[in-house]
Amino acid sequence: MPLEQAESLDAENDVDKEYLYTLNFGPQHPATHTTLRLILTLDGEKILRAVPDIGYLHSGFEKLGEDLDFNQYITITDRMNYLSPIANEIAWHHVVEKILNIELTKRCKYIRTILAELARMLDHLLCVGAAALDLGAFTAFLYAFYQREKIYDIMETASGQRFHPSYTRVGGLAADVTDDFVAKVRDFVKNFSKAHNDLSKLLNRNRIFIDRTKDIGVLTKEDAIDLSCSGPVARASGVVRDLRKDEPYLAYPDFEFKVACAKAGDCYARYLVRMEELLQSLNIVHQAIENLPSGPVNVDMEGKAVLPDKSATYRSIEGLIQHFELIMTNRQWKPPVDELYGAQETANGELGFYIVADGSGRAYRARTRPPSYIHFAIFPYLIEGHQISDIVAVLGSLNIIAAELDR
Amino acid sequence: MSHESTLTKLRERFGTDGFQTSEFRDNFRVIVKVEKVFETLKFLKESCGFNMLAELTAADYLYYPNARDRYGVIYGLTNTVTGERLFVKTFVNDPDPVLPSCFPIWKAADWLEREVFDMYGIVFEGHPDLRRILLPEEFTSFPLRKDYPLRGLGERHNFPAIPRAES
Repeated sequence: MPLEQAESLDAENDVDKEYLYTLNFGPQHPATHTTLRLILTLDGEKILRAVPDIGYLHSGFEKLGEDLDFNQYITITDRMNYLSPIANEIAWHHVVEKILNIELTKRCKYIRTILAELARMLDHLLCVGAAALDLGAFTAFLYAFYQREKIYDIMETASGQRFHPSYTRVGGLAADVTDDFVAKVRDFVKNFSKAHNDLSKLLNRNRIFIDRTKDIGVLTKEDAIDLSCSGPVARASGVVRDLRKDEPYLAYPDFEFKVACAKAGDCYARYLVRMEELLQSLNIVHQAIENLPSGPVNVDMEGKAVLPDKSATYRSIEGLIQHFELIMTNRQWKPPVDELYGAQETANGELGFYIVADGSGRAYRARTRPPSYIHFAIFPYLIEGHQISDIVAVLGSLNIIAAELDR
Repeated sequence: MSHESTLTKLRERFGTDGFQTSEFRDNFRVIVKVEKVFETLKFLKESCGFNMLAELTAADYLYYPNARDRYGVIYGLTNTVTGERLFVKTFVNDPDPVLPSCFPIWKAADWLEREVFDMYGIVFEGHPDLRRILLPEEFTSFPLRKDYPLRGLGERHNFPAIPRAES
């Protein structure tokens, strides 16, 4: 049954009606999952107005980006969307490499594509699992988390770090992947579809889950565009836009995949889009790992952009010089004095960086376009007129990550 | 992608000297004067199909090589049908960095403009609710300005600790 729109509020008069109740939701509340706060004006259970209050996790990432060099800053970007950390650093280095005009090697592109897609799966699994958990479906959460654990294992094999890999470097990767990585990804690809099947069987036709998500938090296509939504949120409202197709980057042109879309724009549609994207990502990972090209993973040392590997640093004079050139703060990279915006399609939507380069090895301005920030701004539009218990359904379907929201 | 058709339309509307253009890699920029920025954005949305405000940000060019203006405000527009992008840039200066809000054109500008105000102190005239968003209300400086030090001005250490009984 579609819900009716809340009666419009007259700011001066109606809010002061005696029976209205103001409820503070968060910043520390188990259902928000992260640190965010809502001030709700309630008429019984019905939400008449929701005012988000954010900034509890603001830690000045963009200011730090002006102080750290192009390689160092990935330790900070990792901590923005911490559900899919490696996707942030791939996006950051994508923009840096665009400024420095570096064309990656084919092997590096493939590995980064695999990691970016695994990151998307990490994110979607937690989003779907936690959304179900908030609505009372505990089992789905456990199934999703088991698969996340496997992906963390793959991340650890590649980079040595489970959670915050800091694995990419300007012009390549910190180290090439091993055969062990390939075996683990193959194993994951083989077993994931069964887990996905279990997950969708638990939720897709679950009466309670459908009742709690269908026709809740409806976002129309016009509103989605007007409010700058991107990623699964926009695609669930019928905006057919996916940067992997629209502005192909990395190795995406080489693979066949579909863009998952829905028309309803409610929480259930966003759930379905994420579930389908999991399968499409799996498909991309499968194609990439079976066609993984051989060859060097970093670009040529001639370009003077990439850190030489340790054996070159210790055993050759050229390697040592280049290592020094890139590490010493008064040398480093020499980007043109100009600025640009670059974006990638990450799990949450369009993650963009606007870098102003002043010719030195660090960004003069490192702006992040965080999808969570833009998606949380639409939250009042989605929730007004619904009930308190719908907050967790809508929050879960938007996948708000406070660290990325506040930066 | 061709920006020629957009440029032709802009030239017809604003004349050849109404704006400047520049290009770097795949980013195409239109630089307009601050008086014309609202008109330009509105025209781009209504007549050129740039229906999404994908990005709105600012930069402080205080120590930037060869910069003439202090703050640059950048609008990243996207055409969701063709996937085309266009960047509109304008400059404002101290002591009175003011520009018109584009909230009437895109609702998404709400929080994006609040963030720019919060970080740079650039005022968007006509914004319905221009308050600080990420920083606390009582904060007085604008931390992403270049004359604000990385380690802050001691705000963090001087925050009063409120015990539970008084909260």
